[in-house]
Amino acid sequence: MIPLIERELVDKKKWISQDEMVDILSISQAFPGAVAVNSAILIGRKLGGYTGALFALIGVILPSFLIILIVARLFIYISNISIIKAALKGISSAIVALLVVAAVRIAKTGIKDKISPIITIVALFLLLGTRIHPIYVVIMGILFGLIYHGLRIITIRKK
Amino acid sequence: MIPIIEREIVARGWLTSQEFVNIISISEMTPGPIAINTSTFIGYRIGGIPGAILATIGVVLPSLILILGIYFFLSKYKNQQIIKDTIYGIRPVVLALIIQAVVFVAGNTYFKEGTNIIDLLNVSSGIQFLEIISPAAIAITVVSLLVLLLSKIHPILVILTAGAAGIVLHLAGVL
Repeated sequence: MIPLIERELVDKKKWISQDEMVDILSISQAFPGAVAVNSAILIGRKLGGYTGALFALIGVILPSFLIILIVARLFIYISNISIIKAALKGISSAIVALLVVAAVRIAKTGIKDKISPIITIVALFLLLGTRIHPIYVVIMGILFGLIYHGLRIITIRKK
Repeated sequence: MIPIIEREIVARGWLTSQEFVNIISISEMTPGPIAINTSTFIGYRIGGIPGAILATIGVVLPSLILILGIYFFLSKYKNQQIIKDTIYGIRPVVLALIIQAVVFVAGNTYFKEGTNIIDLLNVSSGIQFLEIISPAAIAITVVSLLVLLLSKIHPILVILTAGAAGIVLHLAGVL
């Protein structure tokens, strides 16, 4: 999706510069939510203010929204056919592999210190072993990030 | 995102775990962000077209508020380091959430429909174990994982091939 947005807005229409696009992408990746959606919101805001942001958001989700509506409608009729069930079983088996790859990638790039693996293990224990709502585990992560930020500011000031 | 949606939807009895896994499978195959696709689909299943519209608004609204509100607020005060550090802190938790999603999807894929953890505890021999799990599904995961890690083949191709493999294995009588 991103290369498509880039080609359309930077190369063809020249609405934003390459540098602006790089900035927008790095912010979009840092924020929670889908990168394509976040960057569309920022580009829309840049080009047309808050109305622009709203229309860019609608524009970026409308195609998949319509496709999903059609698929969801069809799915009611075909979900009980045994061949479709088998295909879905094959696909969900592949999705287990995709999720494992995502986990490996995030472990490699995002976990570099000694405290993070402990946070992961504690979070995993809470998620699998208790009925605690996952959102509280996410809030725990945010608090950890804020404490990490605070400690870093203190060490920088000491120097 | 999957564990959070699962908790809200399955625990409320709106969908069964199996239906939810099917919806994730379809959302992975269709273009667009998975969290949005999944929400649109679930919204449609529960409340028709109005449900789909509301679910989609619900899932993009936090991004919209966060990115327009917090980003422009913080960029004014040039304090983006706090965002970077917070994101850093969330990563280990995101890893745990992905692992939980692996456990959830694997559990609903490898075990035959209608089995649960208690059946697993009652298993006393290898043959009984093979009766409740699906070795063919595990084999598809292993092959997909090897292909994804060792080659540059696009994930969507892996997903489509896995779907075709599911049909072939079903016709061969092993899935």
